[in-house]
Amino acid sequence: MNESFRGVNIIIYRVLIYGGLLFWAFICLFPIFWTVTTTFKTAVNVTQGHLIPWIDFIPKWIGLRSLGLSPETIFEISTVRDEFLKRFVNSAITSVSASTLAVILGSLAAYGLSRFEYKLGFVKNSDISFFFLSQMILPPVVLALPFLVLYRELALLDTTTGLIMLYALMVLPIVIWIMRDQFSTIPLELEEAGLVDGLSAWGVFLRIVLPISFPGIVAAFILCLVLSWNEYFFAALLTSADAKTLPVMVASQTGSQGINWWSMAALSTAAIAPLVIIGIILESYIVKGLSTGAVK
Amino acid sequence: MPFNYVGTDHIPVQRKVLGRSIILITSVLLAALFLIQLLYKSDSITFGFENWRPILYMYLLWSAALCWGVLLIKGERGQRVLFVLPAFLFTIAMVIFPLIFSVYISLHDWNLSAFEGQKFSGLDNFRALLGDAYYWNSLLNMVYYLLAIVVEYAIAFGLALLLNAQIVARKFFRVVFLLPLMLSPVAVSWMIGKSLMEYRFGPAAALARQLGWETPAFFSSTEIARISLMILDAWTFIPFMMIMLLAGLQALSKEVNEAAKIDGATGWQHFWKITFPLMLPVSITTTVIRIIFKLKLADIVINVTSGGPGGTTDTVTSFIFREYRDRSNVGYGTMMAVVYLIIIIILMTLLLKQLNRWMQKVT
Repeated sequence: MNESFRGVNIIIYRVLIYGGLLFWAFICLFPIFWTVTTTFKTAVNVTQGHLIPWIDFIPKWIGLRSLGLSPETIFEISTVRDEFLKRFVNSAITSVSASTLAVILGSLAAYGLSRFEYKLGFVKNSDISFFFLSQMILPPVVLALPFLVLYRELALLDTTTGLIMLYALMVLPIVIWIMRDQFSTIPLELEEAGLVDGLSAWGVFLRIVLPISFPGIVAAFILCLVLSWNEYFFAALLTSADAKTLPVMVASQTGSQGINWWSMAALSTAAIAPLVIIGIILESYIVKGLSTGAVK
Repeated sequence: MPFNYVGTDHIPVQRKVLGRSIILITSVLLAALFLIQLLYKSDSITFGFENWRPILYMYLLWSAALCWGVLLIKGERGQRVLFVLPAFLFTIAMVIFPLIFSVYISLHDWNLSAFEGQKFSGLDNFRALLGDAYYWNSLLNMVYYLLAIVVEYAIAFGLALLLNAQIVARKFFRVVFLLPLMLSPVAVSWMIGKSLMEYRFGPAAALARQLGWETPAFFSSTEIARISLMILDAWTFIPFMMIMLLAGLQALSKEVNEAAKIDGATGWQHFWKITFPLMLPVSITTTVIRIIFKLKLADIVINVTSGGPGGTTDTVTSFIFREYRDRSNVGYGTMMAVVYLIIIIILMTLLLKQLNRWMQKVT
């Protein structure tokens, strides 16, 4: 009697757990599914609330055609596609460069702070760390308007360079935060051995520490990439024609949406696709990066 | 700090002199260029540069010279300084200088679209701010949005527990649960805010009708719009909290769990008596970081409601954004931002102090 009661309990427990998991998986996936399928829906399908392709509605290339990316338009000249590709490339260049810059500056600083003792008057290591990490609290809006004025004076308004510097600044504390933890897990004996072998501090860093901490660096890089690819606020304020990024283009289209759901859906799909793919392939790195700071 | 011994390498005097003179020369050059440009821009002299870009290049050159000089003067020790110096110079240029500049702007009547340019106005902007009901409303909204973190935390903890249970396809669920974090808030604004929750054809509206809400409108009244925005933001950020909490759960030793099982604690007791207290440090880190991110909330509000209906769902950031977009009023916008920053710094310091004290009492 007790045994069977326990068995029932376990079954209920399993059902609850998998029920919860499947429910949340649905919550996470449905908006993505909806957006991707809406790309292929005509107006009628949208208004009738058809959901499942091939059963509820026949998929059409309508969304991708509006971007000039469908099979029959891909070889034709399309201004929309040129515009889209330009924004896409802008986003890619900006986010990759900013992440690279932040990872280089941040890892160096994190390594220095985790290994050496600095003293400049009353400023010590903990103060320098605090100086860097406290940048995280700084809301972008505080810097946005001063940068608008400064960039105008520096002729950096609407340039990719200007945006790269800002994004690097934005993600730098996160890199330092992650990398400091990464470096503190590396056994010191390895580095001491390097020093004994006559390597300089930089030699030890480049030859010994860097290869070991490579996974951590990748994790930090990907987090930076996600943040800077998705950044909208600065891009919306500081770019207008040349350096405009994909999120700004998406945002500018939402206003004039009208009934044109498929092209908005196609645009949104294109904006999220790179990171969805990165997320699926490199999930373990992202988890690693986010987990670093959580457990001390 | 393991490597505290300093190399005994002898640095020749000429090298030190060279290092010092490099730093000195570039510093003088930087100061001179800055001064010339300042005078030129204020029409005191007739020569100068078209814009400030050369000063930026000079700053880069000066930074490089500083790094090199330190290396020359200090040798081994200079090598160590060189790890932190670049990031430091970068941050100084990009944060400290603009921050000081922002205080300057906030004390001016400065409209970018006006012809007159800036005019010193002292604390006029601040007085205007005190009487600006919209600003106070956006601060109040921030409190509401911050309170939503409690619910986000509960859901994220639940999900972390689910993922930590004995399940098949854990990797699959982890990837799926993580996906919303990867999506750009702007795209999410359209995907969920403007299409799923669209009042005529959106599936969410259809579902709401099925459930008995006859005229579902997710963004037409202030309260409901606020909740909708919270849901949108929670959807993208719950994965973030979930992953951190999951890392915490996995770090809890297996023995603790097993010991509790042998004691015969039920799942519920086990959670409240053992797991939850042990998870407190991780929970606090997660929540504090989430608060920091929440304070920057803007993208979704700008793109979904643009503050509507009637500016009642604005966050501070989105309000300032629109203030600039609609009126190009840089001076007033900056004043609002500076006040916001001061409020944040005070509250965060108090919060962290309080948490520290509390944690010491608990553990």
